[in-house]
Amino acid sequence: MGITIYVLTFALLLIGIYAVVAKKNVVKIIVGVLVIDYAVNLFLVLVGYRTGGGAPILAEGQPVTEFARTAVDPLPQAMVLTSIVIGLGITALMVAMAIRLWENYRTFDMNEIRRLRG
Amino acid sequence: MSVSHLVPFLAVLPLGMAFLFVGLAHVRGGQRVVPGLAVLTVAANLVLATALIGVEVGPIFVGGWGAGKTLGIQLNCDGLAKFMAVTINLVALVSIVFALAYMRRFTKVWLFHALFLLMTGAMNGLVLAGDLFNMFVFLEIAAIASYALVGFGCEAEELEAAFKYLILGTVGSAFVLVGIGILYAMTGHLNMGMVAATLAKVGTTGPAVLLAAAALLGGLALKAAMVPFHAWLPDAHPSAPAPISAMLSGVLIKASGVYALARVVFNVLGPNAPLATVLMALGALSMVIGVFLAVGQWDFKRLLAYHSVSQMGYVVLALGAAADVLAVGGNRTVAGLCLFGGLFHLFNHAAFKSLLFLSSGALEQQVGTRWLKEMGGLARRMPVTSFCCRVGALSIAGVPPFNGFFSKLIIIVGLAMAGHPVLAALAALVALMTLVSFVKVQRYALEGEPAGDGAATAREAPLLMGVAMAVLAVICIGGGLAMVPLGAHLLDPAREVLLDGAQALKEVLP
Repeated sequence: MGITIYVLTFALLLIGIYAVVAKKNVVKIIVGVLVIDYAVNLFLVLVGYRTGGGAPILAEGQPVTEFARTAVDPLPQAMVLTSIVIGLGITALMVAMAIRLWENYRTFDMNEIRRLRG
Repeated sequence: MSVSHLVPFLAVLPLGMAFLFVGLAHVRGGQRVVPGLAVLTVAANLVLATALIGVEVGPIFVGGWGAGKTLGIQLNCDGLAKFMAVTINLVALVSIVFALAYMRRFTKVWLFHALFLLMTGAMNGLVLAGDLFNMFVFLEIAAIASYALVGFGCEAEELEAAFKYLILGTVGSAFVLVGIGILYAMTGHLNMGMVAATLAKVGTTGPAVLLAAAALLGGLALKAAMVPFHAWLPDAHPSAPAPISAMLSGVLIKASGVYALARVVFNVLGPNAPLATVLMALGALSMVIGVFLAVGQWDFKRLLAYHSVSQMGYVVLALGAAADVLAVGGNRTVAGLCLFGGLFHLFNHAAFKSLLFLSSGALEQQVGTRWLKEMGGLARRMPVTSFCCRVGALSIAGVPPFNGFFSKLIIIVGLAMAGHPVLAALAALVALMTLVSFVKVQRYALEGEPAGDGAATAREAPLLMGVAMAVLAVICIGGGLAMVPLGAHLLDPAREVLLDGAQALKEVLP
């Protein structure tokens, strides 16, 4: 734990960026974007995490001060939920566009999908 | 009930109408009322945004999560937000009126209007948002609507452009979210004012803040299409239908790019030397490289898209110069002059670039091509469109007395007074290059003899398109002369918000 998990999350982010930048297949690029999305979501969850922390649900009769001392931060979790929903929308749009690209070009190779000039 | 209670409707009304349209489209006869409702919605928004000018509106706490609580959604309707809201809704109204005539050749027009309102509402929400995460969410809603609109025609090239835009835009958004996450981890707040207040205590030059700033600046510079993050824009903006090109170049890159950059740099992180240097470098690079890439283009809309990169460079350069002056505690008047020029140019660019994109759409529809070499002689065949196109070209080229001249002059003077004579000279040179590029447009598209069958038989554009272009042309001609009243009511309050730097949002803390 500690710094290691942040390093691993950063590595995940780098893997996603590598896939988006270096790969030429439309599907692999989409997977790369998803990996970036997951890395960012994971980072946000880590921001709110504390080792050994409990779920941020206030039990009946539990004093608020004790709750604040032991629970993990719920706000990043709410952010991640929103971020996941946005990611779902983006993914649906990406896949829909990939299907339309295939219908028009009959290929998933970005080297051949380049009718627009630089 | 005062007008300030209606502020949330700037965002809520278009978003709600967008969802209503989807329902209406599946009711018999419902599709017919969609365009009219869309125009009414945007017009109502423009009236509301205009009515807010000069009205003192405090922070608005959605759902009553107000004083003392730090978690609620807060809307800040300050000078800068009002200025952006007026600009956004003005361009949106003109574009949607133009679209009434332009979109007739497309199917599923209701979908266009739903996405258009989604984008407009999200941009209104973006400029009002008082906390970083809401800013991100609205940024994403506007972006998703714009991805779909770029690919609206579903032709091969349009899909290719939309896909590139989608991938790059999503990566940019991911970096923005990382930056917001780091700021939250450091400060424990998302509210912009509270983040600024906490950062002021812990210092804004630590490595973690710099990392957050780098992530935010990188992501937002991509949204603003600053060189070297500009690769998507010349593909995406020309591929969209003309009214959407006008919206994307006219306001989207400003709201989700330049506005967000300015808000984060000035009001959240506080202007400091490294950030100012980055902004100036991005601005100067975009300004110069954008115009050099534009000069060689023969596709009218692509040429305009490269000019958007270049003109946004002016705005970001002016913001950077102001941040540079403020960072060392320099003369507030000089910083204010740079900001005034930058914001005025932002407004003017919204007017003349939308006008140019709309007239390029009218030319494309009537002539059947976007290639300048296949046009010609259109000044006689399409007098209204040509006149409006000329007004836009003279404005962007900075010819007096059109509005672009005044804002560029103020930026150049501001740069010189801020101690950057080389950048001022560069800005003047770029203005000259812009003029050359638009002389080419005039020469090939409007003057001379028709170079193709389409140009020889072209007829004047429909009335609604002409009206939309004429409104923007009047703003371009009158904008320069109306600088004093515009400045007093719109630009000065907006400039004050940025001038106050990290202090600006302190007084609106919950």
